[in-house]
Amino acid sequence: MLEHILALLPQVIFDGLILGFVYAMVALGYTMVYGVLELINFAHSEIFMIGAVVGVEVFRYLAPHVGNGFLLLLIAVLLGGVVAGITAILVERFAYRPLRARGTTNRLVPLITAIGVSFILQDLVRLVEGLWHNEFFLRMRTVEDLEGSVELFGGAIFAQTKSFILMGVSILMLVGLTYLVNRTKLGVAIRAVAQDLHTASLMGIDPDRIISRTFLIGGSLGGVAGVLFALQYTTITPYVGFLPGIKAFTAAVLGGIGNIPGAMLGGLVLGQLENFFGTYLPILTSGNFGTEYKDVVAFLILIFILLVRPQGLLGQVVREKV
Amino acid sequence: MSTLSLLLSLAYLGLVFLAPGALSNLFGLLALGATAFLRLSPTWRTLNLALLTLAFTLGLVRSGNTLGLIGLVGILVALTTLPRIPGGIRVLLGLAILLLSVPMAGFANTFIFELGIQIGIYAAMALGLNVVVGMAGLLDLGYAAFFAVGAYTWAIFGSEQAKNFMQGNFPLPGEYMYLFMGIAIVTTALTGLLIGLPALRLRGDYLAIVTLGLGEVVRILANNLDHPINFTNGPQGITPVQRPPIEWFRELMGSLGVRLDQTTDYQLFFYLLVLLMIGLVVLANVNLANSRFGRAWVAIREDEVAARSMGIPLLPTKLLAFMTGAAFSGVMGVIFAAQRTFVSPESFTLLASITILGMVILGGMGSIPGAILGAAALTILNLDVLKTFSEFVRTSLPQIPSQVDPAKYERLVFGLILVLMMIFRPQGLIPEKRHKAEMEEA
Repeated sequence: MLEHILALLPQVIFDGLILGFVYAMVALGYTMVYGVLELINFAHSEIFMIGAVVGVEVFRYLAPHVGNGFLLLLIAVLLGGVVAGITAILVERFAYRPLRARGTTNRLVPLITAIGVSFILQDLVRLVEGLWHNEFFLRMRTVEDLEGSVELFGGAIFAQTKSFILMGVSILMLVGLTYLVNRTKLGVAIRAVAQDLHTASLMGIDPDRIISRTFLIGGSLGGVAGVLFALQYTTITPYVGFLPGIKAFTAAVLGGIGNIPGAMLGGLVLGQLENFFGTYLPILTSGNFGTEYKDVVAFLILIFILLVRPQGLLGQVVREKV
Repeated sequence: MSTLSLLLSLAYLGLVFLAPGALSNLFGLLALGATAFLRLSPTWRTLNLALLTLAFTLGLVRSGNTLGLIGLVGILVALTTLPRIPGGIRVLLGLAILLLSVPMAGFANTFIFELGIQIGIYAAMALGLNVVVGMAGLLDLGYAAFFAVGAYTWAIFGSEQAKNFMQGNFPLPGEYMYLFMGIAIVTTALTGLLIGLPALRLRGDYLAIVTLGLGEVVRILANNLDHPINFTNGPQGITPVQRPPIEWFRELMGSLGVRLDQTTDYQLFFYLLVLLMIGLVVLANVNLANSRFGRAWVAIREDEVAARSMGIPLLPTKLLAFMTGAAFSGVMGVIFAAQRTFVSPESFTLLASITILGMVILGGMGSIPGAILGAAALTILNLDVLKTFSEFVRTSLPQIPSQVDPAKYERLVFGLILVLMMIFRPQGLIPEKRHKAEMEEA
């Protein structure tokens, strides 16, 4: 059995890496919004899903016309990012901003709103797809350029072109975001609002605008992640965002919520752990406990982290102010 | 004003005789609104309510249109919330609605019984969640998990399922259901303890996502624990689950002059059982709200740090709220399993948790009549209005794609309710006093 486990190991790590990058990209959206508003934006998983659906539609309609698979993917990624980003801005504008304008202090109110928005988006997409194609399960069209594969390390790893693209794009986005937040004026403003919204507004920063931008950035990253997710895992439904969303949030907490490098680290760690358990649990228990339990593992990790190290791997302890 | 509202009520009564159905019932709801919100003297208002009760009952019996049921629930809510109605009349009218109107309508149309039972089960659960969310301010997004634990507690032992892992004479006879209602209180409270002990140490918004996750875990377990040992029979679910024998109930009803047939006997029985449970749950709710614990919960909801410095132990107090809510849900789970004789993981999804949350939010967090009204409104919406609308769409617009069936869009409806309520009326339709003050002050 040990040989069997070892033989599978490179592939498990490679697949875990793909999953981890997806989580990392989605986790960034959670962590940025949490940073500025202290709100768990449940609707972010639907922003991710919308990106995936846009990806499917772009491939459905443009694949016959655009010969080059890479160009096609570029269009899909850009369009997915834009649509998802705009949706995120609209959600902020029409659902969260009215609550802030009223100055509600009750913490449950924005959370319940976020869940409601998430449900609305799921069914709106379902409605649109229902009217458009009468489909619930959406399949990503395969394009030859992206399906190419290589075998690494003497066949120990089976890797596809699209997986490399996914990793490359996510690393690019992570680097770009780090630059944006740390080196640009917008980044300074975002950090200022995250630190203290009221004081920031005294320094000539318009918090509403910065919050809107934050949703745009987080949403676009989520949308791009969605397109790449659809490319990688091929079958999408309007309800597909829920589990990756919740796990990406787990990843954000794991790395330290509000912390951007933490979200990346958390995503990668969670991807590895989940894939590890998903593959080896059935082998180790000789089939008694199946792959289905990998979701349970993610939740148990979340609880464990919150209990043992609530500030996450890279986060700092924040004392609650009275 | 008085004459206007009386005229409206009388007009509705007349309409019920001439043309019972959805339109006349809508008119009845209008009349009820006039009675509740216009400035009326208590005598006129009482008279109106009595007239409307009669009219809604007749409307239900004659047409079976379920808007009439909403009207009756509305009258119940009016009876409990409006000021200066004589106490005797409140009780009398309330009992007449619950014990005469609904059963009469149920005999005319068994679907009304089914709705009444479902409303009752959900109302009791909404009252349980009300303790957790409304009183203690703990957002629990995995509440259906406790419902599942309760339902499976009886389903496993009240069917042949238990033979898979233990010796004994299964299914247990139906009488054991009553015992298992007690056992379910223990198992769900323990589950609440197990989930709450780690989750309740966390700050408010982390609690939401952790309970959401744990709710999923319970569903995943129910779905997959058919191997290596078959506890839950996986996605197929467990059937048939035993019901309690009701010979004594038939005889009792026979001696009261009520003749029951094969379908209505169990429906009437479960309807009355659910009513009894709601009565107990409301009683527990009221007493809890005014007890030391209830005050401690509200204190924690308002300000954790202040509550702690006043000497309230946070974790035990929160745990108690969590376990109380869980126990309510567990008991109703047992009844749910017995009434439907079938249990599967499908009934305990995130959607179910959010539905119950929606009931609490719609009625008003912390408000007891609110939770019942919310349960009635959302259950009727879900089981009847959306389905009727679907039928309508399918027959009148056959070219609409099958994916666009309105009955499939519960999420959209619940999502809209949550968001619109939070933006425009966060205190709910029938606000609890303290909550109302808090929301307005903010």
